[in-house]
Amino acid sequence: MSELAPLVAADGLAVGYGAAPVLSAVAFDLRPGERIGVLGPNGGGKTTLFRALLGELKPLAGTLQLAARCGTVPQTERSRLDFPVSALDVALMGAIAGRPWWRHPGRAERRAARAALDRVGLAELADRSFGELSGGQRQRVLVARALVQDARIVLLDEPFTGLDALSIRRLEELLDELAREGRGVLIATHDVEQARAWDRVLCLNRRQIAFGPPAQTLTLDVLAATYGGSIVTLPAVAGGAEGERLALLPPHHHDHEH
Amino acid sequence: MLDWLTEPFSQGIMQRALLEIVVLGVVGGALGCWIVLAELSYGAESLAHGMFPGLVAAALAGIPLALGGAAGIVVAALAVALAGRIPGIGGDNGVAVVVTTLFGLGALLALSPDVPPGIQGLLFGDILGTSGGDLLLGAALAAVVVAALRLLHWRLLAVGFDRASARSVGASPLLADAALLVLLAIAVLVAVQGLGNLLVVAVLVAPAAAARLLFRRLLPMMAAAVAIAVVAGLAGLYLSYYAKVAAGAAVAGLMVAAYLLARAGAAVAGRPLRA
Repeated sequence: MSELAPLVAADGLAVGYGAAPVLSAVAFDLRPGERIGVLGPNGGGKTTLFRALLGELKPLAGTLQLAARCGTVPQTERSRLDFPVSALDVALMGAIAGRPWWRHPGRAERRAARAALDRVGLAELADRSFGELSGGQRQRVLVARALVQDARIVLLDEPFTGLDALSIRRLEELLDELAREGRGVLIATHDVEQARAWDRVLCLNRRQIAFGPPAQTLTLDVLAATYGGSIVTLPAVAGGAEGERLALLPPHHHDHEH
Repeated sequence: MLDWLTEPFSQGIMQRALLEIVVLGVVGGALGCWIVLAELSYGAESLAHGMFPGLVAAALAGIPLALGGAAGIVVAALAVALAGRIPGIGGDNGVAVVVTTLFGLGALLALSPDVPPGIQGLLFGDILGTSGGDLLLGAALAAVVVAALRLLHWRLLAVGFDRASARSVGASPLLADAALLVLLAIAVLVAVQGLGNLLVVAVLVAPAAAARLLFRRLLPMMAAAVAIAVVAGLAGLYLSYYAKVAAGAAVAGLMVAAYLLARAGAAVAGRPLRA
């Protein structure tokens, strides 16, 4: 176990929109430098958990402790593509966090925003309209916003949905980098295979099904409980060490190979 | 030609009307961009109509219209908030019920025999009747709106861009909404003198909607909206002077015409249509 204090600690957490919880019995921790994949079906509580982490929903039961404010990379379709802002404007929004409301981002913040866009590989597109960028580029602009904010906890809500293979790889590398810098990264995803590369996985289906390192945690039983049984076992790849491969059936299967 | 341009403004009435147009254009253009982006146009129209009984009551009692209008807006806003809480009505229906009721109440008052002449000025505005005091008050309120927009710029931008994640960068959607509504109430109060109850929404929506078709960044869009509002307003004054049509209607009509022109221009230029 890491000696570092956790960035997020949830215990017996229940959250929901009214009196009845939509998600309950959540107990996990996020440590600095860790990538946690949040798995579950649509309506399983991934977005609800993120809304609780962002402070929009108060716990109905249990505790949720945060060591820092979360930076977030929301689903792009929720951001308005026709909104009249440039990539630089969006990155600069990260600079208003923690500032008094009458103080505007100045020259130093602009430099920081350009540096963050450079880090995510978008220096040349800083002045492009946000809505004109590709899906992968928009996600990276939002990561840059979290960098400008210097968020120690970064939440990504289905960041890979609709991206092509190259964009997925670039974003994955970026998330690895964030973790190496000591940030805690929580990634909601539909892709179980992708989550195997991360440090731990949190499986949700209206309650917490399992939490732990992917190799031990992602068993057939856990996946069946998480996705409600819509799972098939594929024959092992010849010579593969895993023995067998799991795949999800529609409707929760998302195809990334466009 | 020069005489033709300067002649209308040789009189004090028209000079004050011109200044009033500038004040209206600045408030309507700048705030209008946020109204259009936040899709608050219906709210703008509702506030303008809902304040009508306040204006009529002020005219009946002989107190300043701005005072009556302010009271009318507060009553309308409270009534809308209360109506929205009635189970089974829903937001938009609540607004519609309240606004229709208040406007009807205003009409009832306005049609009473005690009403002084010129009540139609409350409905359609009386830009040519702008007094020095009206101008000063309008300019002061306009300055408040512009200063607030400048101060709140980044918070409004973060909330407008994405409500769901605005809190994570420290911008509260609730506060941004409240600020926009308060500024909207102030702007309606400024603009009702010139354009009246029924036409006020034109300056808050049309120039900004036109500018949105032409620009892809907020600050150029705001500058363009102010310019469109002032130019259309000025043209409206000429139209009113030479063609002897109602000034408020001419101003409002030309602002809407500017939007149609911008839309046609955007279509010809092949820009994507967004508003």
